This record gives sequence, structure tokens and C-alpha cells, in this order.
Amino acid sequence: MSFQATRPNLLAAPAVAWLLAFMVAPCLLILGYAFFERGTWGGVVYTFTLENFERVFDPLYARIFVNSARIAATVTLLAILVAYPAAYAISRAPRSRQPILLFFAVLPFWSNYLIRTYAWIVLLNREGLINNVLRWGGYEGEPLSMLYSEGAVIIGLVYNYLPFVILAIYSSLSRLDMSLVEASRDLGAGPIRTFLRVTLPLTLPGVAAGGVFVFVLSIGNFVTPALLGGGRFQMIGNLVYDQFLTANDWPFGAALGMILIAIMIALLTLQARATNRASGTVREAER
Amino acid sequence: MMGFTRQNAGGRATLIVVFGFLYLPIVVLVGLSFNEAGLPTVWSGFSTKWYGALLGNSDILGAAWNTLVVAVFATVIATVLGTLLAIGIETRRRASTGLEALVFAPMVIPDIVLAVALLSFFSRLDVTLGLHTIVLSHVIFDLAFVCSIVRARLKHFDYSIVEASRDLGASPWTTFWRVTFPVLMPAIVAGALLAFTLSIDEFIIAFFTAGAGRSSITLPMQIYSMIRFGITPEINALATIVMSVSAAALLLSQWLNKDQLR
Repeated sequence: MSFQATRPNLLAAPAVAWLLAFMVAPCLLILGYAFFERGTWGGVVYTFTLENFERVFDPLYARIFVNSARIAATVTLLAILVAYPAAYAISRAPRSRQPILLFFAVLPFWSNYLIRTYAWIVLLNREGLINNVLRWGGYEGEPLSMLYSEGAVIIGLVYNYLPFVILAIYSSLSRLDMSLVEASRDLGAGPIRTFLRVTLPLTLPGVAAGGVFVFVLSIGNFVTPALLGGGRFQMIGNLVYDQFLTANDWPFGAALGMILIAIMIALLTLQARATNRASGTVREAER
Repeated sequence: MMGFTRQNAGGRATLIVVFGFLYLPIVVLVGLSFNEAGLPTVWSGFSTKWYGALLGNSDILGAAWNTLVVAVFATVIATVLGTLLAIGIETRRRASTGLEALVFAPMVIPDIVLAVALLSFFSRLDVTLGLHTIVLSHVIFDLAFVCSIVRARLKHFDYSIVEASRDLGASPWTTFWRVTFPVLMPAIVAGALLAFTLSIDEFIIAFFTAGAGRSSITLPMQIYSMIRFGITPEINALATIVMSVSAAALLLSQWLNKDQLR
């Protein structure tokens, strides 16, 4: 590639410098804060301590962690269960129509997150659309209070991240070698067995990519629990928010943030491994 | 192959349900913004009065102006940096894992973590918070997205035209502006439009890096505080406008990107 007499590193330098200055340095700073004590009136006292990490195991906070992980796992599972059939249907649509279907599946993802969450308040609240529809349908009991519940938070998160999961799974499906599926069918495997033994394993990288993304963004989410959960129950994201803006305990907030980053890195690493293994399987299958 | 039509029917039904789920909440919101009564309880006729109400609200107009200023500055900086970065990465002799991770990170890092990190960083350095700190922060993820779109274009780039230009005696500078740039242009504009949308819609990082006071409130921050006070017809109208702007930018971005792949 003799494209360049110009120097690639020089071209990349300004952006790299920007990311180092405004992303890496701030993250390293709070990594440092996580190991210091909080001052009496807030602020950071530069005395080394592991207390911020120990506090995570305090039952009060441990419960929030477990809850967040449970909600994030539920959201991930639901999002995959809805996204897979949708991505499959798009990948089986006529070739000329696939890009437009995909575009409209992803379009909401790029629009305002707050507004998409707010739309569910409009649907779910006691005077909201769903209760009104029920009333027109002849329902006469008390209006259902669906908002400000764990269910509402889960629906909101699935709704917000679904487009990305569809995109990730679709990109795996569109690379799927259909001759492998046909071979399985020709050799007498039924459609379900073919799906479980051929299609699904080969598209697992897409499922993993979408799943990791949803899990990471859900467990660290702050807007959806605040708006659809009504602040009644907290997730890790809300806890971080509180430490910085209300409790004024930056070191503890920083430690919580670092744990989120650690979860993210661990999952991304696992996902990369799974993807490598899957592409190994493909090579074997092709041999 | 008997099962094919049946499979198609199943696929169509799936897509109708999923697209219904994705778009119904948005359609309801847009519909309500034109409802004279403003509430979902009754439909009392078509009206644009809630849009009129927005025009008289100086808080919202001020926030909209701030949002625009932030988005324009962040987009311009991110487009330049992101494009150069994309060319830099794609013309390297060897791929660099560290560089890939650095560029990928802004797209996956939980925004609350980046937000508190930036707040800590700016206050540690005693930087006064305001619109400028929001711009500095937005460039981080904006440039990552611009870079990924331009890189996708570079993967299909025919480097022989660059060589031809050089062989014919054009300088690297002339070659860039007369050959490389025009070919990359649709992707650069598409990336810029995406960055612009992301910036207009971003809430959490802006919220943490804006500082106190009304002077640097952006539209998403304004919407957030309105939502916390409850549902009002004005929010529906404002939401409709914001989503229309995003959708228009994205449609244009997609159209440019599609055009280039032909």
C-alpha cells in the first residue's frame, strides 16, 4: 500500500492526543481517586485506602449490584429473544429490501434516548395510553400502575437497545454461508435441529456482540431507572450519579465507576474469545 | 422449497410486530403533540398550539441555541480529527491493537463513567465548566463515530487512483484535495451528520460537564428537567421537533453513504 508518503501516525496524532487528554487521563484520574479517602466536606484526601472497594460488599450496595446485574441480564436475554427473529426475517427478505429494513430498525437507536424513554412514560402511566385503551375496551377496575416498576425499567432498556442487537445479529446472519444450512437439511436434520446445531452456533458472535453491548449499557444505565423506575430503586449508574452529585463521595463513586469499566473489559474480552472460537469453527466446517 | 412462502409470511409477521414495538411509542408521542387537549385521555382535535407555546418559551429557545452551538463546534472538530484518524489508521503498515482499543473505547464506555471522569478531571484542573467543556467532551465520542464511517469507506478505496495521481506528478497535498478528499467526501459528510445528531441528543455527559446555572443548559438537559416535573403537551411538541431533526440528519447521512457504495 504505497498510498502514503504522508505519515499515518502524524494524521492520527491529533485525535489520539484528544482521546488521551480527555478520555484516558480523566479515567486514570478517577482510577486514582478510587484508592483515596473522601474528605469530611467532600473532596478527595490523598491517603491510600481500599475501603471504597470494600464498601461495595456492604449488603446495602451489594444488593444494588445484584439487582443491577439481574435486571441487565433479563434485558439482555429479552433483547436477544426479540432481536434474533427480527434480524433473521431481515436477512431472509429480498436482497434489495434488506438495507432499508435494517436502516429503519436502527433509526430509533440514533434518536434521542431521553425522548424514547419519555415515550414509555406516556404509554405506561396511570392516565396513559395503555390504561385509556383498556378503559375503552371495557375495563373498569383501577387503572394499572405499570410505571415506576422494575418491569417498566426492563421494557425501557429493551426498547432502547433492541435496534443495536438487531444490527449485530443481522451482520452475523448476512455472513452466514447458506450452503452449510442446506447441507444440514439435505443430510436429514430437521429445521429446529439445523437451527440449533448450525445457524445458531455460527451466528453466536453477533449474539455475543449485541448481548455484551446491551448488558454493559444496561448495568451502567442511569436515565432509564431514574425516569421509569421513579427513583424508587437504584441501579449502579444511579449510585455513581448520587456519589458525585448528592452524597459528595467522589472516591466511592470513582470506585463504582471503575467496577463498571472492569465488568465492561471482562465481557468484551470474553466476547472476543468467543468470536475467535466461532470463526475457528467456521474454518473447520469449511475444511 | 414448499416452506418458503410460509417462512416469508412468518418473517413478515415478525417484522410487523418488532417494527410496531419500535415505532408505536414514537407515533403516539408525535400524535399527542398535535392533540388540542394535549393529554392521551381525549382527542379534542388537531392543533399546533403546543408548538406555538414552545416559541414563547425563552428557556427552551435558549437551550436550543446552546445545543446548536455545542453540536456545531463539536461536529466540526470531530469531523476533522476523525477523518485524519481514519486515514491514519487505514494507511498504517501494521494494525495496532492499542490504537483500535483507544478508538473503540468511546463507543462502549458507559456514559455515566465518562461523565464523572470528565467532571473530576475538569474540576481537578480548575477549568470553569460551560459550553466549551461540553464541546471538549462531545468530541470524544463524535470523532470515534466519524472515524468508523470514514474507515468503512476507505476499505473500498481504490488506492491505484492515488498512485496514478502521484505518478502524473501531483504533490501529496494536491493529491489529497483533488483525489482522496472528493472520494471520501460522502462518508465524511455522513459521519459529520451522525456526530451532529449524537451531540444534539447527548444528555448525561453534557449534564455533568455543563456546570451550574442556566447559561449552559442544553436541550436534553431542559427536556430531562421538564420530564421530571411530569408530562406536559409542550414536551411532546419539543420531542417531535428534536426527533424530526435527528431523523432528517440520519436519512441524509444514510442516503449519502448508500450513494457512495454504488
